[in-house]
Amino acid sequence: MNRVALGRSIPWTLVVFLIAVWVPALGSRYDTFLGTQIAIDALFVVSLNLLLGTTGLVSFGHAAYFGIGAYACGILMKTYGVPFVIAFPAAALIAAFFALIFGFFCVRLSALYFAMLTLAFAQIVWAICFKWNAVTGGDEGLPNIPYPKLDWISSLPGLGDLSIADEFYLLTILMVALSFAILRQVIRSPFGRMLTTIRDNPERAAFIGLNVRAYELAAFVVAGGFAGLAGALYGIFNRGAFADYVFWSKSAEVLIMTILGGINYFWGPPVGAFALVWLNQEITSYTQYWPFVLGVVLLVLLFGFPGGIVGGLVAGYERLRRMLRPRHA
Amino acid sequence: MLDVRKLSKAFAGFVAVDAVSLAVETRQTTAVIGPNGAGKSTFFNLITGHLRPDSGQVLLDGRDITGTPPHRICRLGIGRSFQRTNIFTRLSVLENVQAALLAHRGRGHDFWSRSERFYRDEAEELLGSIGLAHQADSTAGTLAYGNQKQLELGIALASDPQVLLLDEPTAGMSATETREAMKLLERIAGERGLTLIFTEHDMEVVFSIAEKIAVLHQGRVLAKGTPAEVRADAEVRRVYLGERP
Repeated sequence: MNRVALGRSIPWTLVVFLIAVWVPALGSRYDTFLGTQIAIDALFVVSLNLLLGTTGLVSFGHAAYFGIGAYACGILMKTYGVPFVIAFPAAALIAAFFALIFGFFCVRLSALYFAMLTLAFAQIVWAICFKWNAVTGGDEGLPNIPYPKLDWISSLPGLGDLSIADEFYLLTILMVALSFAILRQVIRSPFGRMLTTIRDNPERAAFIGLNVRAYELAAFVVAGGFAGLAGALYGIFNRGAFADYVFWSKSAEVLIMTILGGINYFWGPPVGAFALVWLNQEITSYTQYWPFVLGVVLLVLLFGFPGGIVGGLVAGYERLRRMLRPRHA
Repeated sequence: MLDVRKLSKAFAGFVAVDAVSLAVETRQTTAVIGPNGAGKSTFFNLITGHLRPDSGQVLLDGRDITGTPPHRICRLGIGRSFQRTNIFTRLSVLENVQAALLAHRGRGHDFWSRSERFYRDEAEELLGSIGLAHQADSTAGTLAYGNQKQLELGIALASDPQVLLLDEPTAGMSATETREAMKLLERIAGERGLTLIFTEHDMEVVFSIAEKIAVLHQGRVLAKGTPAEVRADAEVRRVYLGERP
C-alpha cells in the first residue's frame, strides 16, 4: 500500500494566503472580522497540533501559552508603549519561556498524567491572571490594547484606503502565513522526523538514541511560542487580554478544533478552526442551542470520520481514485 | 566485549534477576534461554538501561555503563530488538531506517533541512541487505509480521551497533519464517562482525546457531557453556529440557 501523496507538491500556505488577501476587498466588514478570528485560531491549532499530531502529546492546557502571549504583548504595548515589532516576538519568547518551565515538569509524566499536569499549570496561570490586579487587571482584564501602527499597509501600491480592521487583518494573515511556513519546515526537518518517531513509539525512539524527554520539551517550547504569537494577535484583535483566554474551556475549544479538522494533516486543524468558527456564527443566528449542535457534529464526525474533516476528505478522494482506476487500466 | 557482573533486580521483593554474570566475547553468538518468567527480558532491560539494577555492573569494552539511560546505551554501540515488535508504524519503511540513521548521526537537532533528503542511499542499501528494498515506500504498520521483525532489525542496524541484543527474534513466526530470519541474522552478524546475544524459545534455533548458551531459571544462572556442555548438564535436563532421570 503506497502512502498518500495528495497535494504534496502544492504550496498550500501561499495559495491560501493569496486567496485570503482578497477578503477585505471583496467581502464585508463582518467577513474581515471572521477572517481575522479564523486566521488567529488557525495558528493556535497548528501550534497545538505540533504536540498532538506530530509528537503524540495531548496537552489540555495549551491556552496557557496563548493567554501569556496575549498578556505579554498587551502589557508591553499598553503599559510600556513598546512598538508592535518588538512586543510581538517578545510575546512568543515569553510564552516559550513559560512553556520551557512548565514543560520541564510535564514531559516527566506520561500520557494521561501529562495532560492533567498541562491543565494544572494552565489553571495556575489563569488564577494569577485573574487575581494579579496590578499587572493583569485581574477580573477586569487588560482592556484597550492599542492597535499597532499600520498606516504603511494602506500606502502600499494598489491597496488604497483601508480601515484599521482591514489593515490588521492583512497583518494577521501575513504573520500566520509566515508562522505556518516555519512550522511546516520544522515538521519536515530531521527534528520533526524525530518527533514523529516519538509519536509512533517512544520506547523505540529512545533506542535509536533519542533523549525522548528533551525532544518532547523542545516541541512543547516551540508549540508554546507559536501559541503565544496567536495570543498576541488575539489580544490586539479583541482590544484586550482577559483571564478567560487562559481558562480550561479555551484549551478544550482548541483541542476540539484540532480533532475536528484532523490531526494527521498539517491543514487539518486550520480547516477545523474554520469549520468551528463559521458553524458557530451560522448556527447561533438560527438557534441558541449551539452547544447541542456542536455536540451532534462532533459525534457524527468522530464516528463517521475518525480522521477528522481533512482525513475524511482524503479517504474519500482515495476511494474515488481506486474506483476510477480499473477503467483506465 | 560485554561483561555483566552479578546483576540483580528485585520487584517489590520478588527477585527477578539474581546475581547473574555473563561474559560475552567479540563476535560470539550467545543465547540466553530459560522458561517463561526466568528473567530473560528483565536481564536484557538491565543491560540496555530500561531498568536500573539493584546491584551489579555492566561493562562494555571495560567501561562501566551500569544505569546509563537507554538513548546513551544505544549510542555506545548496543543495538536491540524488542519482544513485542517495535517499529514506527505510521512512517514508511524507508523513513523508519532513515530516522534511525538521523538519530544515530546526531542530526536530530537540525530544524532547517528536509529530513527526506538525508541518507537515502544508505537507507536503501540497508533495506536491501535485510531484504525489504521492494517495500521501502509501504507504511511500516501494514507490513506482514515477519517483515516488521526484519524492519526492526534494520532499525537496530542503522545505529551501527557492535553488540546486538535480540529478545525472541522469532517469536510468533512460522517454522519457515523462523529459519529464514535466523539465516538472515547469521549472515548480517557475519558481514558486520556483530556480537549477538538473543533469547529464544525454539531449541532447534538455539542449538543450531549459538556458540555459547546461558540457561536462566528463577532469576539465576543454572548453567552456561557451549551447546554441548549445556545439553549434557544434568540440572538443565531436569528443570528445563524436561527430561526425567
